[in-house]
Amino acid sequence: MTQTCPECEGPVQLAEPVRLSEVAQCADCSSELEVVGLDPVTLALAPEIEEDWGE
Amino acid sequence: MRPVAVLASRVRYEEKRIFAALERRGVPYAHVDTRRFSSELGGGAPGGGAAGAGPRYAAALNREISHSRALYASMILEARGVPTVNRSDVIAVCGDKLRTSLELERAGVPSPRTAVALTPDEGAEAAERLGFPVVIKPLTGSWGRLAAAVRDREAAQAVLEHRAALPSPLQHIVYLQELVDKPGRDIRVIVAGETVVGATYRYADGWRTNAARGARSEPCPLTSALVEPAMRAARAVGGGILGVDLIEGPGGPLVLEVNHNVEFRGFQDAHGEAVDVADAIVAHVLEAA
Ligand SMILES: [Zn+2]
Repeated sequence: MTQTCPECEGPVQLAEPVRLSEVAQCADCSSELEVVGLDPVTLALAPEIEEDWGE
Repeated sequence: MRPVAVLASRVRYEEKRIFAALERRGVPYAHVDTRRFSSELGGGAPGGGAAGAGPRYAAALNREISHSRALYASMILEARGVPTVNRSDVIAVCGDKLRTSLELERAGVPSPRTAVALTPDEGAEAAERLGFPVVIKPLTGSWGRLAAAVRDREAAQAVLEHRAALPSPLQHIVYLQELVDKPGRDIRVIVAGETVVGATYRYADGWRTNAARGARSEPCPLTSALVEPAMRAARAVGGGILGVDLIEGPGGPLVLEVNHNVEFRGFQDAHGEAVDVADAIVAHVLEAA
């Protein structure tokens, strides 16, 4: 499904099924986004990368 | 059946594949976002936390990306009687390069030559003894962040001075490794319990081959020369679902590190339909339940 980027209003493609806490990147502005609601699907800016994140 | 908890604050490609694998197998599960996880100690009121009182979950799969939250989430769930993959002791070992190296050393797993110094000043001496070029790595952290390859004492001192200026005492512990003259690639072996799921070559232009740095993955044949050290490394850190990174040394594969929160997008893309990493992960969690 296609959603709107909260930063630049560009289109953001989300692969079905969309999941809560899913991360996506806006192809237009490169913002990292997070799915914060499913009904309706809502996108917000994802949190900044934390120091202890990683594989 | 009680649900399997999947702990994750970020649902990436990997977590979506895992949810789909659980659904295909008809396993009830609950996605637990660790940012909204709390638990009262001392047998507090029911519903007082995500873990609640007593084992609410048949098992837990820990996919949390934050090392601290992953470590403590496993610790809490274990204390609540939930079989957790990976266990907190495994996360603690894998989250610290020196602890990993000490376990590998104890188990006799072939690894690159490694040294540790407890102060930045001594780090320069240790680098000299190890012989240049060396890689200076932070004890914690991943995706190859803050790792520096240095080719002489002067460069080592510059990195170590910078390290000494960092506020965290942990950054003052200097972990050094020989820079193995590798053929522009390393090997990632994914292990789930006693099963080797598969292996990929990871190619990169620089000396770092982390997938997070844009490495390209290709299938790597599983040979005993590879499976044996990978399995021994996985057992040495306590087992579970692990990504063992190896490098092809002149005398055979050497284990570089063991990751407890395995990213497998590149691996899955490289293998296509031949291997299903998410399903192998789910199978291992169900065994642990
Ligand atoms: Zn945008």
